[in-house]
Amino acid sequence: MSEVQVVKLSKAYKTYPSQWARLAEWLIPNSKPRHTLKWVLQDISFHIKPGEALGVVGMNGAGKSTLLKILTGTTQATSGHLVASGRVAALLELGMGFHPEFTGRQNIYMAGQLLGLSMEDLHALIPSIEAFAEIGEYMDQPLRTYSSGMQMRLAFSVATARRPDILIVDEALSVGDSYFQHKSFDRIRQFRQQGTTLLIVSHDRQAIQSVCDRAILLNKGKLVMEGLPEEVMDYYGAMMAEKEQHTIRQERLDNGKVRTISGTGEASIRSVALLDKHGKATEVIEVGSPVTLEVHVDIKQDIPRLVLGFMIKDRMGQAIYGINTHRLKREIIDLSEGDTVVYRYAFPANIGKGHYSIALSLSRLDSHIDTNYEWRDFALVFHIINSTQPDFVGSAWLDSSLDIQRA
Amino acid sequence: MSADLLKAAWGYRGFIYGSVKREFQSRYRNSLLGALWNIINPLAMIIVYTVIFSQLMRARLTGVDNNLAYGIYLCAGLLTWGFFQEMIARGQSVFLDNGNMLKKLSFPRITLPIISVLSSLVNFSIIFALFIGFLLVTGNAPNLSMLAIFPLILLQIVFAMSLGIILGVLNVFFRDVGQFMSVVLQFWFWFTPIIYPLNIAPKAAQKWIELNPMTAVAQAYQGIFVYGEWPNWHSLWPTCVIALILFILALRLFRKRAGEIVDEL
Repeated sequence: MSEVQVVKLSKAYKTYPSQWARLAEWLIPNSKPRHTLKWVLQDISFHIKPGEALGVVGMNGAGKSTLLKILTGTTQATSGHLVASGRVAALLELGMGFHPEFTGRQNIYMAGQLLGLSMEDLHALIPSIEAFAEIGEYMDQPLRTYSSGMQMRLAFSVATARRPDILIVDEALSVGDSYFQHKSFDRIRQFRQQGTTLLIVSHDRQAIQSVCDRAILLNKGKLVMEGLPEEVMDYYGAMMAEKEQHTIRQERLDNGKVRTISGTGEASIRSVALLDKHGKATEVIEVGSPVTLEVHVDIKQDIPRLVLGFMIKDRMGQAIYGINTHRLKREIIDLSEGDTVVYRYAFPANIGKGHYSIALSLSRLDSHIDTNYEWRDFALVFHIINSTQPDFVGSAWLDSSLDIQRA
Repeated sequence: MSADLLKAAWGYRGFIYGSVKREFQSRYRNSLLGALWNIINPLAMIIVYTVIFSQLMRARLTGVDNNLAYGIYLCAGLLTWGFFQEMIARGQSVFLDNGNMLKKLSFPRITLPIISVLSSLVNFSIIFALFIGFLLVTGNAPNLSMLAIFPLILLQIVFAMSLGIILGVLNVFFRDVGQFMSVVLQFWFWFTPIIYPLNIAPKAAQKWIELNPMTAVAQAYQGIFVYGEWPNWHSLWPTCVIALILFILALRLFRKRAGEIVDEL
């Protein structure tokens, strides 16, 4: 069981106006510094408890890669310190130390030793590596005859041959085909159950939310948020939508969840309600019953085009269903200040029992990345109950019919 | 001061051994004759130097009554210089060549120059063994003074590895170093009595050539193989001191800049 403690970690790269300036700084004793420092990480502090999984998110250039490099020890922090006890394994790039002219087996030995395993360890681990990679007789063929997927399989199998105390994963979850992706993901989950402390960098909402206990958000080298994966991912999503920096605000709801609202504000959601078949607002809905999502939108400034999208998310924050008026070819054009638009989406609540939330977005185009008038997570929370249908599992109500013949 | 570096490298000895072996093997993968090329190439070189220079061009060393003497003289200097040059050339590019690995994996970086030196040593051992075999066949060996090649080789390794590490680190920050060194090595070669005996150089030049630390080393090898005499140990002292200074400088530079290398790659 190992923990990771990061205290006020900062990293700066030296930039010199010219190579001559660097030479002068190196050679002239007691010379004044001729470089300027470019800070890529500033005052990062966090703690990962033993056996905990932490997700790291952030845009390109936020400093994620640098943080990982410091954690794995390939580069040194400029200031601050880091404690990571136990054996650290990093899946930053798979296939390091592989040589195309040698067989899979020979490459396992080389790559394994590069990762710090001894020859004896590898002798013992080879059968399990072979079994996990599932590349069959290719094991004794030169690596150049492998498909890229097979190389990844082999590389992942070697890199995770022995359970590390701390595992650092950089988007390497997308290994090979979807079968092997599941398999590798399972292995990472197993490691966690056995006590491995995990740190994952990913843009993938699902990966972060389904594996991590907590997440941190980096922006421009600073830690801007730490919290539950879902909250952080919502904030991150909102941040992505408005790189130009408009307001993002988060409110804590009664149920303890955090609502993220962001946007430039040309159009704004005044109210949102879920109506049952009698037109009455409700939060409790029977499986399969017809409902209407009613959204009132105020137009605060003239805008050329407006698209309303909604997305139903389950308790884990995974999308269940989402659509927008652009995809339905029902976008509205040329709106003027002071207009009000009322949208009514009607659909049968063919989803399984449990808690769900609805996120809404007002944008100009299909995606809210381009323009984001308003993005509102947890605009509404509702429960699905099942008192009329046979008890079923899962988040989709497929209303199956059954026919049995007994001969 | 270097104990922890050594310890780290020892922990990765399997990787070092495997890398050296792999490099050796990878050169002749998919060739019919395989490792035989390791012998054919250097053998051709030895024969060219000895037979062509001694027999066809009738190049003679003054004062030695042996047809092959100049050929042996050439080989003794050229083969060992080749080894020296290879170590330096590989040393100066070792960090640049392995940039991606250095950035993505945490492992003792000192293993990289060690691997490159050992790979050069393997190549050199093959060539040199063939050379000694050739001497045995032609009746120019053995003699006891040949034992002196071991300390000489060690001296060359320390010298070249230290210089290689210094250049390798500098090359990451200033790419001019690689270019500059290829120019320097050319001059260095001709300012070392390898092709010519020192005594045919102009008197004024001789003094300068004697200041070259590699002169004493080349002369020691030539003395062993051409004349069967023990090296003049006194003449080697300055080279030993320089090698030792370079070694300390190399370790200090490596330690100080090892972290920065990754940021610069």
